Amino acid sequence: MSVAAVIEAPTRRQKRVLPGFGLTMGLTLTYVGIIVLLPVIALVLKGAEIGPLRFWEIVTAPRTLAALRLTITAAALATAFNALYGLLMAWVLVRYRFPGRRLLDAMMDIPFALPTAVAGLALTALFSENGWYGAILAPAGISVVYTIWGVAIAMAFTSIPFVVRTVQPILEDLDASQEEAARTLGATPFQIFSRVIFPAILPAYLIGTTIAFARSLGEFGAVIFIAGNLPMKTEVASLLAVIRLEEYDYNGAAAIALTLVAIALVLLALSNWLQAQLTRRRVPA
Amino acid sequence: MTPAAAPAALAPRQDLRTANLLIGLAVALTLFIVVVPLAYIFWRALSEGFAVFAQNIMAPDTLHAIWLTTVVAVITLPINLVIGISAAWLIARFTFPGRKLLLTIIELPFSISPIIAGVCYLLLYGRQGLLGPALAAGDIKILFALPGIVLVTLFVTSPFVAREVLPLMQAQGSEQEQAALTLGASGWQVFRRVTLPNIRWALLYGAVLATARAVGEFGAVSVVSGAIRGQTNTLPLQIELLFNDLNIVGAFAAASTLTLIALVVLVLKTVIEGRTR
Repeated sequence: MSVAAVIEAPTRRQKRVLPGFGLTMGLTLTYVGIIVLLPVIALVLKGAEIGPLRFWEIVTAPRTLAALRLTITAAALATAFNALYGLLMAWVLVRYRFPGRRLLDAMMDIPFALPTAVAGLALTALFSENGWYGAILAPAGISVVYTIWGVAIAMAFTSIPFVVRTVQPILEDLDASQEEAARTLGATPFQIFSRVIFPAILPAYLIGTTIAFARSLGEFGAVIFIAGNLPMKTEVASLLAVIRLEEYDYNGAAAIALTLVAIALVLLALSNWLQAQLTRRRVPA
Repeated sequence: MTPAAAPAALAPRQDLRTANLLIGLAVALTLFIVVVPLAYIFWRALSEGFAVFAQNIMAPDTLHAIWLTTVVAVITLPINLVIGISAAWLIARFTFPGRKLLLTIIELPFSISPIIAGVCYLLLYGRQGLLGPALAAGDIKILFALPGIVLVTLFVTSPFVAREVLPLMQAQGSEQEQAALTLGASGWQVFRRVTLPNIRWALLYGAVLATARAVGEFGAVSVVSGAIRGQTNTLPLQIELLFNDLNIVGAFAAASTLTLIALVVLVLKTVIEGRTR
């Protein structure tokens, strides 16, 4: 191909100087078509086949609603925790210098690096009655395993890095002169944070929390270990989709899966919109 | 990752007590929610001594799961590398209608939860699925067998390499490659001598992330594998199986091997980041 392509290319396609357009286009489209698009199309077609009325019936069935409610509530709890913890971590890692900072920074990658099943196993064992945490919490009457709290903890763990890693770079690049100006004008540290720093990191902060929330909604591996998966009580929506599949109720599975995909895509669009706001704000500066 | 002088200039003026309080809080929380769970995995895996640990790892089903997981990783890696480079080259070097759409589709697997990916694959290849009848007629087995596990793993890992390589290719521009072409190099020579050396660290980075994910994927694989003991159980699925069997120490032994891999990945990541910055 080598010699022929080089001789032929300029005469045939004047505009494209670099080689490989046809090859990479063919390869990429074929691959993405088979691996990514085809399965997604299968889901959409299955969903379309159900019909709006049946779809609505499936999604509003008590067990589905209970699963969706649990998933969204637990994800909101997990995201609330990560919004606070992530902001704290980003702030501490960027603004302070102390021994062990780099190690602490590396720890933020553990939840991504650790397979979710491993995280689920470890958290379940830790919080069960004879685990290190459960042994302390049980006498106080607090049970985590097989409750919504367990689900929320598993979701929180697996989505830890999102807020930290989106806020961190913005905080690092922040222009110090505005803070200096505020300080010279007599602002207290809290005022500087709430009036100068926080507005600057807000778009990134919102992106991070949105992605963390989306990830929590879809979390499966870590959750099913700790949830106990009792129908109507601690069964997350994605598990219900799988249960429907195992019952050969393909319509039920497709409807629930499509609902989850729709929520994820809305959240993705929201974070993309925030991203656009962020870049627009940064360009003039 | 290391900020310039700005924080140092600000630090002395800040209330030292607030600083210490926040650092203390950050360290304590991280200890409780990240470090302790990590340490607990190894502690439980070895809680009944090394002999039991070794016995658990060497259990035939667990060994088979390790083997299967390795096979999946070995098959998916080269495919991910080739497609990742191909997609990055296409999007970074050429303009064509639908380019943005293609990029969105390439990154789609990141926004679809893996478990939903598994459901999609079942709806495509399952008995009542889109291609199910055709596959059954041709006696081709995809689901509940190695091909299904590999395919769904390819789905969840497909954006990793392109996502690392693409921004780098865009940032580097194509001047070097054009110069090489002008000097008479063939397309393959340009790729091997110019493009590949330029992107090698990003490529390695993407490969490491993709492989780590391939090894640890649970949700997507659990739907399509059928989790047949000693046949289609990957290592993460084996953990669940042992957990459900109430063989907790065995589950932790299996989990500890994946944790070790995760830690190696983190070290590699740090090393590569050090190289590229």
